[in-house]
Amino acid sequence: MREPVLNVNNLGIRFGGLQALDDFNIHVNNNEIVGLIGPNGAGKTTVFNLLTNVYAPSRGSINIEGVNTMGSRTHGVTKAGMSRTFQNIRLFKNLSVIDNVKIALHNGIRYSFLESVFRLPSYWKQEKKATEKAMELLSRFDLDRHADSIASGLPYGAQRRLEIVRALATDPKILLLDEPAAGMNPSETAELMANIRKIRDDFHVAIILIEHDMSLVMGICERILVLNYGLIIASGTPEQIKNDPAVIEAYLGQQRGE
Amino acid sequence: MMNIRFKSTKSRYILNAAAVLALYGVLYAMIENGILNRYAAGLLMTAGYNIILAVSLNLAAGFLGQLPLGHAGFMSVGAYASALFTLGLEMDGAVEFPLALIIGGLVAAVFGVLIGLPALRLSGDYLAIITLGFGEIIRVVILNLSFTGGAFGLQGMKRYSNFTNIFIFAVITLFVISTLIKSRHGRAILAIREDEIAAEASGIPTTYYKTFAFAVSAFFAGVAGGLYAHHLCILDPSTFGFMKSVEILVMVVLGGMGSLIGSVVAAFGLTLLPELLREFAQYRIIVYSLLLVLVMIFKPSGLFGRYDFSLGKTVDDLFIKLRAPNKKGGA
Repeated sequence: MREPVLNVNNLGIRFGGLQALDDFNIHVNNNEIVGLIGPNGAGKTTVFNLLTNVYAPSRGSINIEGVNTMGSRTHGVTKAGMSRTFQNIRLFKNLSVIDNVKIALHNGIRYSFLESVFRLPSYWKQEKKATEKAMELLSRFDLDRHADSIASGLPYGAQRRLEIVRALATDPKILLLDEPAAGMNPSETAELMANIRKIRDDFHVAIILIEHDMSLVMGICERILVLNYGLIIASGTPEQIKNDPAVIEAYLGQQRGE
Repeated sequence: MMNIRFKSTKSRYILNAAAVLALYGVLYAMIENGILNRYAAGLLMTAGYNIILAVSLNLAAGFLGQLPLGHAGFMSVGAYASALFTLGLEMDGAVEFPLALIIGGLVAAVFGVLIGLPALRLSGDYLAIITLGFGEIIRVVILNLSFTGGAFGLQGMKRYSNFTNIFIFAVITLFVISTLIKSRHGRAILAIREDEIAAEASGIPTTYYKTFAFAVSAFFAGVAGGLYAHHLCILDPSTFGFMKSVEILVMVVLGGMGSLIGSVVAAFGLTLLPELLREFAQYRIIVYSLLLVLVMIFKPSGLFGRYDFSLGKTVDDLFIKLRAPNKKGGA
């Protein structure tokens, strides 16, 4: 039995009178790829925002490798080992591609303000290391030739890849991908699918992904959770989900007649 | 590539140091020989601490991406702290003055943290209003305390500020802020400007770095205040009002938010401009305002945008340009 890296119990949040998410439980094992699907407005992105503490959950518990991250700030969650991408890409648009990655390496670089002002050897050494690390990550995703371009100038697909690189630079144990295939054509989606598997294998991370593209979800997820109106209505393997009547109803509506 | 002459960082440092020394040498000689009269030299010194003020505000406005409107408040705190220090002690000027400036800076930085912690929870217009309020509070408190001299202000400071030490501190400010920007701390500050949520998600403690940038910005404003106090040798609380903050902000915006060279040029230009326009007498404020309006219409990102000057790179480019026609001739 693999040890879960992420344990989430009874997570919930209210926005005023709306229970946006309730009684959400998820346990993710190391190296697992879990899909999170559901109709628009089901609360999928809310789950990510709660896990990373962009919103403070009203109740529940979140545990990353035994570390309780409830109530810690977003950067604390990232430090504990969970990083994410965003549904509508949030790059540091006016900065260079390599700086986007080096920003995410922040916690891996250790030199003080004074060491950097006086440009002591530790500054040069650590900066060199960070640049090398960033270039290595970029080259894995075929972005190294764009290293010095401004992030907003990249083509759409490359921007999505850069966001993933940035998330990986924080050295996560769990990677949250929010609609990574949004706006991609079928061949790009197929490439992404291969990439996601590779990320899992190369970086030994667990991946939770929100996606509307069913071919992608069914193709790579080992397990799928279906949300509707803030509640988990089904969970299981892709095969089970495909044939689950509750899921079919949520997506297509009830069959009339009988 | 053969053409890249100043590629190594070491040679760039040497080049920059040489350029700074040359600039200092030329200006100093001009003052000593009387080519620049006392009035012009005084103007140059005013430009010097305006450069420090603009560059330090640019850290908070251009690089951190906030809009603080209380920079004059930090300047006044630094001015009073350093003035009270030199007035209270009898020490050799060479020891006392640098110490006074650093103390002025540190006290201003403490105020930066105190004001930054609550203010930086807000952003945009709200931050502008709250910092404006704090700036005014500082001024009014100084006006009403007895040890700051109240409305009479402080006087009797020794005239420690001269062209040399203002120049040195302007260079230090530029050096510290430009090296800060090109470090992990600076990248964190830039990330906050670009996207705060993404910065947090990338593991950057945004509250810490916002406060940090604010404190560094306030520190140098305090140093500039100290230089100001020992240049005019009289402190009047009414000079540190809202208009002074706006004046500094205008320099930053005009030069370009996020461009250090822009702040330097704008601070220098806007110090000189009102003097050059003296012959227009009462119309000079109109000309001044008109200029700002025109720049904002035709180049809203400021004169330099986010461009940052690198002497090494400029010289390299120049060499490449000079060499290009030669190559054609040879082929």
